[in-house]
Amino acid sequence: MPAYTVETARDLVQGHQVHRDIYTSEEVYRLEMKYLFRNTWVFVGHESQTPNKGDYFTTQVGDQPVIQVRHSDGEIYVLYNRCPHKGTKIAIDRQGNTGKFFRCPYHAWSFKTNGCLLAIPLKKGYQDTSLSETENGQGMKSVGAVKNYRGFIFARLAENGIGFEDFFGDSLSSIDNMVDRSPEGRMQVAGPPLRYMHQCNWKMLVENQTDTCHPMVAHESSAGTAVRLWEEMGNPEPRPAAMQIIAPFMSAYEFFEDIGIRTWPNGHGHTGVKGSIHSDYDAIPGYFEAMKEAYGEERAKAILDENRHNTVYFPNIMVKAPLGQLRNFIPLGANKCLVESYVYHPVGAPKELTARSAMYNRMINAPTSIVGHDDLEMYERAQEGLMTDGLEWVNIQRLYDPDEDFDEEAVENGTTERQMRNQFHAWAKFMHEEPAPAQAEAAE
Amino acid sequence: MSAPSKDDLIDFIYAEARMLDEGRFNDWLALWMPEGHYWMPLDYKQEDPLTTTSFLYEDNFMLRLRVERLEGERTFSQKPKSRCHHVLNRPFVDEYDVDANRFVTNTAMHYVETRLDEQQLLAITATHELTTVDGAIRIANKRVDLLNCDAAFGNIQLLP
Ligand code: FES
Ligand SMILES: [Fe+2]
Repeated sequence: MPAYTVETARDLVQGHQVHRDIYTSEEVYRLEMKYLFRNTWVFVGHESQTPNKGDYFTTQVGDQPVIQVRHSDGEIYVLYNRCPHKGTKIAIDRQGNTGKFFRCPYHAWSFKTNGCLLAIPLKKGYQDTSLSETENGQGMKSVGAVKNYRGFIFARLAENGIGFEDFFGDSLSSIDNMVDRSPEGRMQVAGPPLRYMHQCNWKMLVENQTDTCHPMVAHESSAGTAVRLWEEMGNPEPRPAAMQIIAPFMSAYEFFEDIGIRTWPNGHGHTGVKGSIHSDYDAIPGYFEAMKEAYGEERAKAILDENRHNTVYFPNIMVKAPLGQLRNFIPLGANKCLVESYVYHPVGAPKELTARSAMYNRMINAPTSIVGHDDLEMYERAQEGLMTDGLEWVNIQRLYDPDEDFDEEAVENGTTERQMRNQFHAWAKFMHEEPAPAQAEAAE
Repeated sequence: MSAPSKDDLIDFIYAEARMLDEGRFNDWLALWMPEGHYWMPLDYKQEDPLTTTSFLYEDNFMLRLRVERLEGERTFSQKPKSRCHHVLNRPFVDEYDVDANRFVTNTAMHYVETRLDEQQLLAITATHELTTVDGAIRIANKRVDLLNCDAAFGNIQLLP
């Protein structure tokens, strides 16, 4: 296997194809963690997971363990989950409340909830040392930058680099649409996420979010069988819940061609520009009234008529605005990815809306899901298949145009693989050394 | 016919597990009341199956779909098929109410599921709400709690 550097790794991406090592090489995985996941804005959690002062939540940004915590000033901080003394993880449980400070369980160094060092027992032992001048002597380290965008917390590990708005640009319209679907403009996490382990590369999952040529094939066994069962019953109305949620996966190629794919700069994009598989759900009594009350009829209609399917926020989350869902594809290795699938309650909306989203989540995204089973089977077969040396390149050429410009927003035929190419374009763009502060400023 | 004895209820739980282990899923479906739900919560001691996510909360249509799919020509994740195995503790009969025709059992089990080179073990507690129709015991609802419900799993394809 060739020894990759951040420079040579970029050669794994060509416009219409990518080299399989981008999925299978542990070396490339480590470079991704060191560069791509440092330079980009990565999802951490939702503010409602840490509503009160001292509330914390542990997760990962790339391969970096971090703590999202609500400080005494009400702001949310993202700290590396590591004691500056000897490295002990400060918090192990997935969530909790630490009160006014964190206290390391090993030698009881303590830290304010913004990470600043608070106290060290027997401090005179450090009196004639230079501890206070070291980085370790300052306390728990913060990530490079944090942004709370309408309740969703993102972090950039690098101290310097692209700004939040520059990175996401107009793609934020999908998060906006999700949050606007709450009459109060606010989402609330609805229970713990489904956690689904995949023995495959994280990018396969991200690519699959805009892969509109697989549902009618890979999911025929679930969606096709659902349609057949319902027909055998004589097409009863109201449709069984499963029919609303699973059957649209059997939509024809023409349907997916027509709904379109939009791509934005920096690897973001979505399926379902003109409607989607989420457009045909039954209305929920009282919801439109609540929206009309909050926004006025015209605006309420505009919000609810936007039915985007999957929006990829590069590098590793997907948002379903009409369902109030977010899936986090956490890379654990070249061939290991943990998928956490969240449901959020749009505050002020009837709880039936959240019930439908929770139903969708367990029918589609659970380790017990008959839809998820076939997706995982495909990813894991691909991960194994890519080990063959007979062919080394993976093709992403559907509706390829050699002149396509990913710095421009574009809307294309919904079966294009342009969004996958867009992601790889961004992948190569952010697989770089962190920019120096001056450069970063000049770029803004 | 008279009400089921406690032993009848216990035998029923064992027989149900054997149906699943032997892959007699259509026989298993016939054990269900049409309004019943198979619930596998996501959160330890979860109380609400609706507004937070579960692993499963399946009505009759979903259970039939699940069983039909297992036999499908294009069910790729079941080529080759999974097999499962239940080991049961003797069920407790927690409620025995003949007048209400309602019986509740609580059963600790080890569930093993295997496919190709992989095998996983789940420690579970199954709570069955049972009733009778024309003297035959039927499942009104079933709840399966995973001991490690907060862990991340790969595919769990059959029915614990
Ligand atoms: S390792 Fe944390 S106080 Fe020593
Ligand atoms: Fe899929």
